[in-house]
Amino acid sequence: MNAPQTPPKLKVATCSLAGCFGCHMSFLDIDERLLTLLELVEFDRSPITDIKHCGPCDIGIIEGGVCNAENVHVLREFRANCRILIALGACAINGGLPAQRNHLDLRNILEAIYATDTGLASGTQVPNDPELPLTLNQVHPIHEVVKIDYFIPGCPPSGDAIWKFLTDLVAGQTPHLGHGLIHYD
Amino acid sequence: MNDTDAIRDVLSRHGNDGTRLMQILRETQEVLGWLSPATLTAIAAGVNWPRAKVEGTAGFYSFFHTEPRGKYRVLWSDNITDRMLGNMDLMQAMCQKLWLEPGHLSEDGLVSVDTTSCTGMCDQGPAVLVNYRAIPRMTLQRVEQMAELIRKEAPMADWPADWFAIEDNIRRADILLGCTMLPGDAMKVSLARGSAPAVETASNERSFREAVHSSDAGPGATLDEIKKSGLRGRGGAGFTTGLKWEACRNAPAQTRYVICNADEGEPGTFKDRVLLTRQPDLVFEGMTVAAYVTGASKGYVYLRGEYRYLLEPLNSVLAGRRKAGLLGKNILGRAGFDFDIEVHLGAGAYICGEESALIESLEGKRGVPRNRPPFPVTHGFLDQPTVVNNVETFAAAAMIAGRGGDWYRSFGTAKSAGTKILSISGDCERPGIYEYPFGVSVRQVLEECGAKNTQAVQISGPSGICISPKEFGRCIAFEDIPTAGAFMVFDQSRDIFEVVRNFVHFFAHESCGFCTPCRVGTSLLKNLMDKIAAGHGTHYDLKEIQQLNSVLQISAHCGLGHTACNPLVHTLERFRPAYERRLKSLDFEPAFDLDAALSHSRQMTGRDDAGAHLSNELETAAEKA
Amino acid sequence: MMSATFTIDGQEVPFTPGQSVMQAALSAGVFIPHLCYHPEFRPHGSCKLCTVKVNGRPATSCTLPAAAGMDVESNTPEILDKRRALLQMLLVEGNHFCPSCEKSGNCKLQALGYELEVFTPHFNQFYPDRPVDASHPDVLLDFNRCILCELCIRASAEVDGKNVFALSGRGITKHLIVNAESGKLADTNFALTDKAAQVCPVGVILEKRVGFAVPIGQRHYDAAPFSAHVAEFKPTPESQGERS
Repeated sequence: MNAPQTPPKLKVATCSLAGCFGCHMSFLDIDERLLTLLELVEFDRSPITDIKHCGPCDIGIIEGGVCNAENVHVLREFRANCRILIALGACAINGGLPAQRNHLDLRNILEAIYATDTGLASGTQVPNDPELPLTLNQVHPIHEVVKIDYFIPGCPPSGDAIWKFLTDLVAGQTPHLGHGLIHYD
Repeated sequence: MNDTDAIRDVLSRHGNDGTRLMQILRETQEVLGWLSPATLTAIAAGVNWPRAKVEGTAGFYSFFHTEPRGKYRVLWSDNITDRMLGNMDLMQAMCQKLWLEPGHLSEDGLVSVDTTSCTGMCDQGPAVLVNYRAIPRMTLQRVEQMAELIRKEAPMADWPADWFAIEDNIRRADILLGCTMLPGDAMKVSLARGSAPAVETASNERSFREAVHSSDAGPGATLDEIKKSGLRGRGGAGFTTGLKWEACRNAPAQTRYVICNADEGEPGTFKDRVLLTRQPDLVFEGMTVAAYVTGASKGYVYLRGEYRYLLEPLNSVLAGRRKAGLLGKNILGRAGFDFDIEVHLGAGAYICGEESALIESLEGKRGVPRNRPPFPVTHGFLDQPTVVNNVETFAAAAMIAGRGGDWYRSFGTAKSAGTKILSISGDCERPGIYEYPFGVSVRQVLEECGAKNTQAVQISGPSGICISPKEFGRCIAFEDIPTAGAFMVFDQSRDIFEVVRNFVHFFAHESCGFCTPCRVGTSLLKNLMDKIAAGHGTHYDLKEIQQLNSVLQISAHCGLGHTACNPLVHTLERFRPAYERRLKSLDFEPAFDLDAALSHSRQMTGRDDAGAHLSNELETAAEKA
Repeated sequence: MMSATFTIDGQEVPFTPGQSVMQAALSAGVFIPHLCYHPEFRPHGSCKLCTVKVNGRPATSCTLPAAAGMDVESNTPEILDKRRALLQMLLVEGNHFCPSCEKSGNCKLQALGYELEVFTPHFNQFYPDRPVDASHPDVLLDFNRCILCELCIRASAEVDGKNVFALSGRGITKHLIVNAESGKLADTNFALTDKAAQVCPVGVILEKRVGFAVPIGQRHYDAAPFSAHVAEFKPTPESQGERS
């Protein structure tokens, strides 16, 4: 009889788009369970590893919505490489705080900031360096740009919620968050 | 006359009665051009209603403006049949001539141009409404002349009279359109029928708790003829008319009402317009028969705002009937048989074709369908028992009252008695009005209207059914394909997807917004269809359509929501390639154009380099590297 | 005498004549999701969250009169799926940014989202532009969160006798308005003590100068889910009155 094989570790990538990194901080709030998690997974591209581009992964975790062209490129890289893509937190799921600008015309915002007297950088011009990604007319949740498989709501989701969701998923079960773990705030 | 006087004038004409708010708002707008905040405040004070309630009604209907819309308001009928006749190009040409954008007021505040739901001129489109007066058969030449007249601010009374001529286009008449009964004939027969001394006084003399059963003589005898005839409602739902009348007659009441539903809003339907033009007496006679049978003392015709031009002719027919003793007190000399009819105009809301929404509108409120039970036959207009029937139903009822139920039953099929008037439009040589006995096959209709290379027929409008050639052997009848009358023909050159997209936009525009699934769901469907039309559709979106259909089917408040997905469901079954050839092979695509979403940034930074653009295609690994 | 009964998901529920399916269920402690229903008001039937199947046919349980022997399905996978879709429609129709909302934790829309495990709004956001009305000295109106349940309209008309609120527009553009030519709440006779100020299930009508007063963990739906509060929703005599 063969000895039980250790299953290969799952590859996980994470990133933050138009978010505040709060969801990543909450991820770290799983505390010492991170060590248990590391027995099951290894990290590819992530602020934790500082790897700049992600390779083929089992799970991709995205924090933040899509507010500029670079966000679109990163999100597509994740979608192209990750078998399962998870939206983590309010901004990824419904645009969150950055999307509060959506009822304003972007041109008016840029003008107010760079051109008018009351703006933060009045008298300057709207930055046009090709190195800078252009801003989208509106902020979008990530599921409006690529297909997303799972969603973990919360601003941020608690460490316990992230832990429960990921351990369900890694165990091959449909993830559930019971009362107290699912929240939108 | 200043604004205050004008408003006071209108209010006093309507006895400062809030339930007449629709008419008050329309007549005020006809004088003042629009309904300003101050105007609404004055009207609210006049009818002693909360101002917000008055504003709520004004804000519900497409034909009421709470913002200035110019001295000339041009609305292009936007049914698919108008589109097939080129209305979009003509509207663009008009906008260019007038230097404005569709949907916006011209800078000088003179004119606005926009689209509106089907105006019921499908056999003589493309059609417009100018200040709510119908003008069919638009051409580029007419567009140019009209733009000229508008720029010169020529009063509409000075516009060419032939522009306003509406054709009847009756291609096939049967018992109804060929009816030669004279005004009063049906009522005379009814009054003579089963007359007995005990019931000499008409039924509206009864105490309000009294219930008279149909087996009684007098009005009951005519009810029996209606029941014997097997007449079913012609508005689409097909409820048995005799049972409806009987239920109203038996409901305890202070007053009973008879309402003629002439809110012919289903796109592609225009037969009630022709009936009210050619046989108005027959329709009014039917209403009078209904009043006699049920004991109603007041009748209303709820005429859709698009048919504003029929108001004066109908009022003069009513005046004639009053003069002839066919309306008013003691009709035809029968003591106590008092009944009169008034025409009320709608203001651009398809949902008011639903009978309880119609009643709400007639009470001056937003046209929102009521919760049922209770039904209008027991709690209708002003909470009193009310019969609501379609124009064609009343016309048929008059004939049955005059000639008997057995006679009527001899036409049509065993399960569908009588005839049905079809409004035929689209790809055929002879669009117009066709009256057939029930049971006629779709194929025969297509042959007689001169349809060639037919790809599909949409029967009973967007909420009805779309059939393909292999079903052309099917029959127009309640037991096979029931219809409210619309019959739109599409030949092989037509894109069925665009037909459906037009219908989906229609439902989103006309949803009353009462219930969540219809209010949000119809707009989601519209966005999905626009996404597919823009080339961003995937199989994921087709699944979404099916999912939305199941939500609307199970949870929508009324028929609008239940049927809003019908065009999608029917054509996905029969014409799936019309969708599939527009889909991307990918399983997911964003709903919006990513590159266009950078447009404001490009404009503000002046950039146009490669990094300032996004493709909607997912990058391949090679491209990324 | 035995009272008449019907069943919900196999459980027997007694009712008194005139009660709706919803009222009978809540009286018996059986939870049916709802947003526009309120125990003190006559049923409205617009949110459709209480959709059930009765003898196999779809029905709105808050407006459907209960009848003996009805077989009501409520918590079936099919119906829960549709209720989730309805919640998602409400979530994308408005701007629901819970982290900045004082009603968070006390909000019925949110609590029902938790109850039904709605992880995502799923549909594309409409992001409507709905300016707030901060004109009133004591009350803020944040229309971004309005779900058009009409409870404030009903409360202001039926209890306060003021008719402060109404609806205008149609379809997806339907929106709440106030009873003033200026369109501003300050120009109405609305008061913080009005019933209409107490009934909003979401965070539209908010008292000024009171912000996040209850810590997270102690808010209304923190300890127990929506369904555990079923006793709060038992109908009052007023709500079961005859149609007036």
